Amino acid sequence: MHVVILGCGRVGARLAGMLDAERHSVSVIDVNLESFDRLPAKFGGQAVLGEGIDYDVLRQAGIESADAFLALSDNDNSNIMASQIAQRVFRVKRVIVRIYDPERNESFRELGLETMCPTRVGVERIEALLNVG
Amino acid sequence: MYIVVIGGGKVGYYLAKALLEERHEVLLIERDRRRAKQIANDLGEGVVLRGDGAEAATLEAAGVSRADVVCAVTGEDEDNLVVSQVAKRHFSVKRTIARINNPRNEDIFIKLGIDVTVSATQFIISLIEQEIPTTPFVNLLTLRSIGMEIVDLFMADDCPWVGRRIADLGLPPDTVLSLLIHDGVRSFPTKDTVLALGDRLIGLTSLDSETRLHEMLQPL
Repeated sequence: MHVVILGCGRVGARLAGMLDAERHSVSVIDVNLESFDRLPAKFGGQAVLGEGIDYDVLRQAGIESADAFLALSDNDNSNIMASQIAQRVFRVKRVIVRIYDPERNESFRELGLETMCPTRVGVERIEALLNVG
Repeated sequence: MYIVVIGGGKVGYYLAKALLEERHEVLLIERDRRRAKQIANDLGEGVVLRGDGAEAATLEAAGVSRADVVCAVTGEDEDNLVVSQVAKRHFSVKRTIARINNPRNEDIFIKLGIDVTVSATQFIISLIEQEIPTTPFVNLLTLRSIGMEIVDLFMADDCPWVGRRIADLGLPPDTVLSLLIHDGVRSFPTKDTVLALGDRLIGLTSLDSETRLHEMLQPL
């Protein structure tokens, strides 16, 4: 699989490392050079410096042949815009977006994006822990 | 009309101010507390709502479902996109106008159903092109809702139209040449008008025929 990941934060970097170790082709996009320090030393994928909503940056990261696009930057709106570009313009088959705001998460899920809401997941998990204890 | 403006930067502020002067009902949504307070001091408390326009709860509080127009004019294209989408999808707002800073983003905004996009950069580029008097083809204005554009055509010395009658050009059916400026004199051309070197034409063409028209003007 060729996977393009937007955002080299804790989650993005870990996923990039995992996918790379599983022998997938990985490209990570981030606006900050320092973010790429989070990648494992043995990372064999590609790091692209730039904005995820910039078509040239996306092309450089190989979006045209991507099987999946993961939008994991720290900004909900950037993630939403980049994923829609991936889906509508570059027709990437699997597009997964992290959206922190639960309401926006609902709105864009209804619009056909595969979303993951850490806020909701977090609340559910902690509530479950409370109930167990 | 009731107009909701998202983004209290320079564009949003002056837009709200101008609309208020024209006696419209305006609500400006601004995320930054201090900026919101500043604007409220200038334009009035009831004009400003402090909040994030991309959040449905804020748009709900702003009564966006009864708005005639929602203008997303923040400095970030991604924010303007999300605001416009939530307004349109969730609240069925009649008309969404979004500011685009990067002209290349126009494509995705249109694909996602935003009614009108305004790119100051693109507009200035057009104006600059107009200043280059010998540019053969300049788009003056696009009327996206009817699929037409107004164009400015200049007959340079390598233009294949020079010396030919308008009727013989083979113009696409949805194209009309409305105004001719020949030697500084304005007239309304007819099908028998012969075009001369240095002439300027203002015409209307459909967005679909733009490429064909461009090709027809290329030197042979």
